[in-house]
Amino acid sequence: MVIKEFFNIFFSMFKRKKLVRLGFYGPVNAGKTSLANRISKDFTGEELGTVSKIPHETREIQIKEKVKIKKGNKELDFNLIDTPGIATKIDYTDFLKHGLSAKEAKERAREATQGVIEAIKWLENVDCVLVVLDSTENPYNQVNITIIGNLAARKIPVLIVGNKIDVKKSSIKRIESAFPQYKVIGLSALTGNGMEEFYNELFNLVR
Amino acid sequence: MKKGLTFQFLSYDEIGSLNSSDRIKEILRIVKENKILLIEGKMKSEEQAMLIQKTMQEIDKKFQGIEIATIEGKNSNAFVNVINSLEKMIFGDRSGFTVIGPASIVKEIKKDPNKIELFTKK
Repeated sequence: MVIKEFFNIFFSMFKRKKLVRLGFYGPVNAGKTSLANRISKDFTGEELGTVSKIPHETREIQIKEKVKIKKGNKELDFNLIDTPGIATKIDYTDFLKHGLSAKEAKERAREATQGVIEAIKWLENVDCVLVVLDSTENPYNQVNITIIGNLAARKIPVLIVGNKIDVKKSSIKRIESAFPQYKVIGLSALTGNGMEEFYNELFNLVR
Repeated sequence: MKKGLTFQFLSYDEIGSLNSSDRIKEILRIVKENKILLIEGKMKSEEQAMLIQKTMQEIDKKFQGIEIATIEGKNSNAFVNVINSLEKMIFGDRSGFTVIGPASIVKEIKKDPNKIELFTKK
């Protein structure tokens, strides 16, 4: 017994700690960066990216490396990989409505198209994924179905996060019935409501 | 002059023999002619992701992207499902269908398990 204990301690000294590449995927303005910021701030005190009501605020992959997430006696190191929102269309005139100049809007649209391409490419570089959906929106959206279908085809573990439960018309049940084969967690990245259950499920995801 | 909507049907036989890249090129060629495309068979998720990437590469002043929806061809009868699986293996997946339209014309395609609604821009 004592010998076994000795070997356990001895080998654990040389065993490389697992680093999980956690991707944040989803449609535009679902709150991927808000959730990545909340997690990053909870465990490192720093945020990861900027958040805006203007669509396509995240237009490049943003990574926060070696975020140690602790929950009870569980502990894991994560690379948080926040990806640009995936869309099938981008019209620069939509940005004009948010007060951007024509030049800024065109540039934002150009960067946004590149961001979508990059986000899809990065599916090759993640170990597990949080699919972040806006729980106030209809989940039967082709972008959501395409993202989840691609993750299933690559056998990448998925946890669906229904964000914005603080908003009145939020419905987690609607997401659950759209994707019955997946675990769905409702939370508010804005208020922090639901984060405890989320962290528990996160450890189940990477088990 | 009043403008109408043009729908084009693409049967599995027309694109089934093409590889994914050529299939996507053909789909985008038709959609960029401002036509709404009805494709026999459900596009695979990987192909849809490729289509989104290719669409993003082609967005410019004229072309704003696409709206897409796939519809499952479901059957609750186990025997029919076995026959369908065999048919898929031999002839390819013709079940369900895919709707793709240019974003300049199609505002939204709403889908729930039982129906599909296509909304056009004014």
